[in-house]
Amino acid sequence: MSEAWVAVLVVGAATIVLKSVGPVLLGGKPLPGHLTGIVGLLAPALLAALVVTQSVGGDEEIVLDARLVGVGAAVVAILLRAPLLVVVVAAAAATALVRLVA
Amino acid sequence: MTQSRYRDGAKKIAPIGIAAFAFGVSFGVLAKASGIASAEAIVMSATTFAGSAQFAVASILGAAGGVVSAIVAATLLNARYAPISVSVAPVFVGGPIRRLLESQLIVDESWAMSRREDGRYDRKLLVGAGLVLYPSWVGGTVIGALAGDALGDPAALGLDAAFPALFLAILVTQVHDRQALAAAVLGGLIALVLLPFTPAGVPIVAAAAACLLGWRRP
Repeated sequence: MSEAWVAVLVVGAATIVLKSVGPVLLGGKPLPGHLTGIVGLLAPALLAALVVTQSVGGDEEIVLDARLVGVGAAVVAILLRAPLLVVVVAAAAATALVRLVA
Repeated sequence: MTQSRYRDGAKKIAPIGIAAFAFGVSFGVLAKASGIASAEAIVMSATTFAGSAQFAVASILGAAGGVVSAIVAATLLNARYAPISVSVAPVFVGGPIRRLLESQLIVDESWAMSRREDGRYDRKLLVGAGLVLYPSWVGGTVIGALAGDALGDPAALGLDAAFPALFLAILVTQVHDRQALAAAVLGGLIALVLLPFTPAGVPIVAAAAACLLGWRRP
């Protein structure tokens, strides 16, 4: 078996387990009361981390590039209460424009 | 209207589906350039279905970095799916097989989309969005692996900026109170501080610890 097959199968199996651990083990049951406050804050914490890593994340470094301009455009669109489609397209278009002229 | 919420999820995620397709193509192309066979790349997209981990595997194997470091990096990158899957667990229905299958449609984007403004998750939005993203990602990989670089570089189209824009747009609908704001700020700061010092994936998992602000005595 090639190295790549080993990586594909192990990573695939690990990811399937990671994604299913909540729904299969806890699915359908409400969380214990004292945990709901914690789990409710997972979304803002993880979403903010995703925004940061996808905006300025590099290979173990902070990279400031055209993505930031796109995120800036997204901020403007969000402040103008634009629909999600417009926010996403504005970010992509602004980033593409900067890369085109840079 | 049970059908309509599946369709709402599909409709709302459509623009991200286009970006996922383009990145699927580029994953197929990069995987091939890294010495990963077409079948291996396609099976990986169909089972792992998580972009950043797959790109990490391709780039590490391509740089002859070894299969162990590829597996460790990808697993760290996907470790965030443990807390993510716990957060949506209460809304899944049916037997264990159905929950196992539907849970495979969890990716950052479908999960984020399925969170309603009242802070609860909507399984139908998640599944509807996942059913758009999954064929986009796998189909893109098939085209990239078999046909090569027909679409060009998705970064040139700015598509890499579509993802943080999506997460930001959803984040602002979630911050209703001071505690949620504190969790978002703390999570973002943890990720930013760890970004230069830790392997990819660690900053996101560590940021999840910000949710402990919600701890109450049992």
